[in-house]
Amino acid sequence: MTAPGAIAPTLSTASGWLLGQAGESFWLPPPDSTLAGAVDPVFYFILWVSVFFFGLITLLMVLFLVRFRRRAGIGPTPSPSHNTPLEVTWSVIPLILVILIFYFGFTGYMDMRVPPREAYEIHVVAQRWQWMFKYPNGHVDENLHVPVDQAVRLIMQSKDVIHSLFIPDFRVKMDVVPGRYTKTWFQAKEPGQHLLLCTEYCGTGHSDMSATVFVHAAGKFEKWLADAGKFMEDLPPAERGELLYRRHGCQGCHSADGTAKTGPSFQGIFGQTHAFTNAPPTQVDENYIRESILEPSAKVRQGYSDKMNSYKGSLNDEEIADLIEFIKSLK
Amino acid sequence: MEKEIAGSMSTSATDNYLTHSRGLKSWLFTLDHKRIGVMYLVSIMTALAVGGFLAMLIRVELAAPGPTIMGNNSLLGSDPAAGKDIYNQIFTLHGAVMIFLFIIPGVPAALGNFVLPVMLGAKDVAFPRLNLVSYYLWVIGAAFFLLVLVSGGLDTGWTLYAPYSTSTDTRVLSAGLGVFILGFSSIFTGLNFIATVHTLRPPGMTWFKMPLFVWALYATAVIQVLATPVLGITVLLLAAELLFKVGIFDPALGGDPVLFQHFFWFYSHPAVYIMILPAMGIISETISVFSRKHIFGYKFIALSSVAIALLGFLVWGHHMFISGQSPLASMIFSALTFSVSIPSAIKVFNWLATMYKGSIQLDTPMCYALSFILLFGIGGLTGLFLGALSVDVILHDTYFVVAHFHYTMMGGTLVAFLAGLHYWWPKITGRMFNNRLGQIAALMVFLSFNLTFFPQFLLGTRGMPRRYFDYSDLSKLDSSFTLLNLHSSVGAFLLGGAMVLTLSYLVHSLFRGRPAPANPWGGNSLEWHCSSPPPHDNFASPPAVGDPYDFTGLEYDPDLGGYVPRRRSVPAPETQPVP
Amino acid sequence: MTDAKALPPEEADAGHHRFLAHHFDSPEQQFYTGKLGMWLFLTTEILFFGGLFCAYAVYRANHPDIFVDGHHFLSTALGATNTAVLIFSSLTMAWSVRSAQLSRTRGLIACLVTTLVCAFVFLGIKYVEYAEKMEHGLIPNRIYFERLEPRLAFEPDEAYLREKLSHYADPSAAGEDLDLRVRKVRIFFGIYFCMTGLHALHVIAGIGVILWILVRSLKGHFSSAYFGPVDYVGLYWHLVDLIWIYLFPLLYLIH
Repeated sequence: MTAPGAIAPTLSTASGWLLGQAGESFWLPPPDSTLAGAVDPVFYFILWVSVFFFGLITLLMVLFLVRFRRRAGIGPTPSPSHNTPLEVTWSVIPLILVILIFYFGFTGYMDMRVPPREAYEIHVVAQRWQWMFKYPNGHVDENLHVPVDQAVRLIMQSKDVIHSLFIPDFRVKMDVVPGRYTKTWFQAKEPGQHLLLCTEYCGTGHSDMSATVFVHAAGKFEKWLADAGKFMEDLPPAERGELLYRRHGCQGCHSADGTAKTGPSFQGIFGQTHAFTNAPPTQVDENYIRESILEPSAKVRQGYSDKMNSYKGSLNDEEIADLIEFIKSLK
Repeated sequence: MEKEIAGSMSTSATDNYLTHSRGLKSWLFTLDHKRIGVMYLVSIMTALAVGGFLAMLIRVELAAPGPTIMGNNSLLGSDPAAGKDIYNQIFTLHGAVMIFLFIIPGVPAALGNFVLPVMLGAKDVAFPRLNLVSYYLWVIGAAFFLLVLVSGGLDTGWTLYAPYSTSTDTRVLSAGLGVFILGFSSIFTGLNFIATVHTLRPPGMTWFKMPLFVWALYATAVIQVLATPVLGITVLLLAAELLFKVGIFDPALGGDPVLFQHFFWFYSHPAVYIMILPAMGIISETISVFSRKHIFGYKFIALSSVAIALLGFLVWGHHMFISGQSPLASMIFSALTFSVSIPSAIKVFNWLATMYKGSIQLDTPMCYALSFILLFGIGGLTGLFLGALSVDVILHDTYFVVAHFHYTMMGGTLVAFLAGLHYWWPKITGRMFNNRLGQIAALMVFLSFNLTFFPQFLLGTRGMPRRYFDYSDLSKLDSSFTLLNLHSSVGAFLLGGAMVLTLSYLVHSLFRGRPAPANPWGGNSLEWHCSSPPPHDNFASPPAVGDPYDFTGLEYDPDLGGYVPRRRSVPAPETQPVP
Repeated sequence: MTDAKALPPEEADAGHHRFLAHHFDSPEQQFYTGKLGMWLFLTTEILFFGGLFCAYAVYRANHPDIFVDGHHFLSTALGATNTAVLIFSSLTMAWSVRSAQLSRTRGLIACLVTTLVCAFVFLGIKYVEYAEKMEHGLIPNRIYFERLEPRLAFEPDEAYLREKLSHYADPSAAGEDLDLRVRKVRIFFGIYFCMTGLHALHVIAGIGVILWILVRSLKGHFSSAYFGPVDYVGLYWHLVDLIWIYLFPLLYLIH
């Protein structure tokens, strides 16, 4: 084991002993991925260094306030206004401590940036305001499913503005940037569910942009993936359409029940005639829906702005047909 | 020499800078740095009130998960979506107003403008007309922010990240223009101060005889001059992208969003040193004066200010560890970030050492100075967490960062600003304020500040992201998120109350305060060698220069209520009478 | 410097020069301080342009082929003429400072006017260049992703672009076809217009301050006892010239 590798478990044990807790702590969420080993011990090291120095400063301040308070008839005691050995000492000790902190932080960070060679890859697409997770078999899901005890690498891109994928329990965070791919990885330690959040401000729905991470027990993940992939096939088109509506982020801006959101609600629109800011009034039919998905700026509904991303390349013809059926079904 | 000092220390208000000329025009077109300082003071405190009000709105909204006052068919949004947009605009403007209108001009413009020339025994700053221009640029910049407020708002966050800022239909252009103009206000102030310190020092005041507040303002001015132009070009390029669709930051136009972050933080990191260095200068002055003891480690403190100013230019990438920038860049920035922490830590030790064997009196400025040491101490220590790469991964963009910068900017700069305001209040206004109320308010500020912001560290480490309107996803799993947010909101209201109390007794002192002697606190820098308030020209002739931290030549005069030069017949310093 | 014959009447009172500000002890102190102030301002200008030069460096390092292709559309002749004009104007500006120092008001005015003329010539040539670019639609405004509806105010003259680029071999090693090169080259113009545009704005501001100095010269304000403002404006103008001297090779002389 390398030196830093030995320090981390030592610090971890020490802090666990001091705090009297095994996994749950006062400060941090439960350490549910292997990355916690790169983060938590360093956190506690800094915490104790900080507590020590803050305590020292406070103690000295209170001591001096009492001992050297202004008293009638007594002025300040002459004392030197600099003392080189003292100044050197209190420069060198903090310097050593921060060098240590830097070193631990850096080595941990390198572990977090470099995934193991054998990692299961999942693609992540972020858009306002929904996450989409694309699995190797083509299945697209609104939640992240991973196998336990297996390194998982996320390859991420954004379709509009900068987002950031944050899983507190896994100690995972990485910005998701438009125009390039960013990557991160983790390995979950136990089956369970965890919260995934967006943590780079992205507009109206920033605090709604969450997802769930499902960690499947050994052997269960492959089964879930196979079922999920097939699940869609057995459904009637309108229900497939509803799944697509949820998983591809449509529900972020379009409600199905009439609730006002950034975009028009889908409830009951099929067959209606709408007014547009940049086109003559048109009736909502199959062609209109298809055009709105592929070229949303062609017709912008009166009272709404031209904010929708195009789905050209993200949805195939069959999926568009399912969505049309779903919208038709909403009365 | 004594007669000269005694003469100029007369406390009569017959002719001082306030009475020298009258009428609105004599203020609006003044070239007197003291009047400009007072105008700045009133203006930035108005900005502080506006920013503070916005903060109150935020805290009320966050007191409970889900929509509270915004988006509930109220004035602040008729439906949840509208409520979220309003919330986003409110936190954006809170940040923009506080940073650009209050804290960056803050100490240099409001206190520095007044005090610097007097501390140097000069008649004015190097370029008085430029000084007035600086002030009016502030006003114009503030007008642009007001325009933003009333014409559609801004919802990008004060950091204006692209491509969000290039694709939103809120008032990015107006805000950007305001920021550009405010940048010039800042640059001209810095330029003025550098020239003043170089050319208008009195005979005998070598660099190492200057008060530390001057060193602090000088280092700050260097940053203002070097860093602010980069903010200017950043905002200009953002405007070019918005207006002419030039592709620089938006990938849809062929640009790079991370480039925006580099440009932005190249200014905005040194900017935090613009905020904190003058504050530290104030602390050096007050700790020394109220301990009646020479500042410990003068040379170190002076040089560390310059070191912090220069090193501060090398660490901007520590805001971008998670941005997708290379691990190598992240490593270099992290290492350099820790290097900047050392000079700041040593200043704290120097201040404590100054108190050692001193004769400490807890007047209001001293209460704030001690508050600063503790609160900035926490702020600085929590910076260590953020500078450590692996720990930053979990803390970046969470409430931990929000707590960290409030501890440093508010617990640090605002508290030091209050220390300086109280310290120089008698000099600026010629009045003494109610010291007991000041002490009470200072304690209230300290306690309520901690109640407001300490829970936010916990919110951050436990996983609450920044800029969240609705944290119910988190509170559903763990009710402590609600409790901590509630604590924070209660603290915010108490803090607001403390600020209102402070404003009240300060304003009251303008009308009913005891007339101030020339030297109420017993300082020995040159501003205490002229009357309170100072005459129009500060000094008739350059005053004699001594060691600004040598208090042995002063004694307290109970009849006057202030300090005067020691009479020769009075015994040795150890037994001087005390107030 | 205190030759009474050279000083106009109102400056004969050596005790307090007409333009000496109340907070300065002597004209020397005022002059020295003013010069320091101007140098500080120039430093901010360097930082200001520095950001643009940085962006240039980043983009050129990442996409050198776009820059090679782009510079074909710039007229080296016009750029070189502008460079010569500005260098000459710096000479006349320096000359005008010297004239002020020697109390030669007529020479001062003549040099300032010449500098102004050069500045206008520079802007005139720039106008010619910009107009030509607009005519062919060579301005940034191209959307590369599908998600934004193309809202182009100026349609690029693709035929013109294609024709010109076809004369030159593909500078990138990737063997790109002409269509792709035509699409990409417009990025170059984003940088071009930002940099030369900002510079032109500074030239215009320079014209403004030189005019102000000219008016004051006509009123006889400047002499060997007081020539600070001429000196400071001179410094500013030299910086404007210097920035162009960097811009010219970086944009026009790419190989």
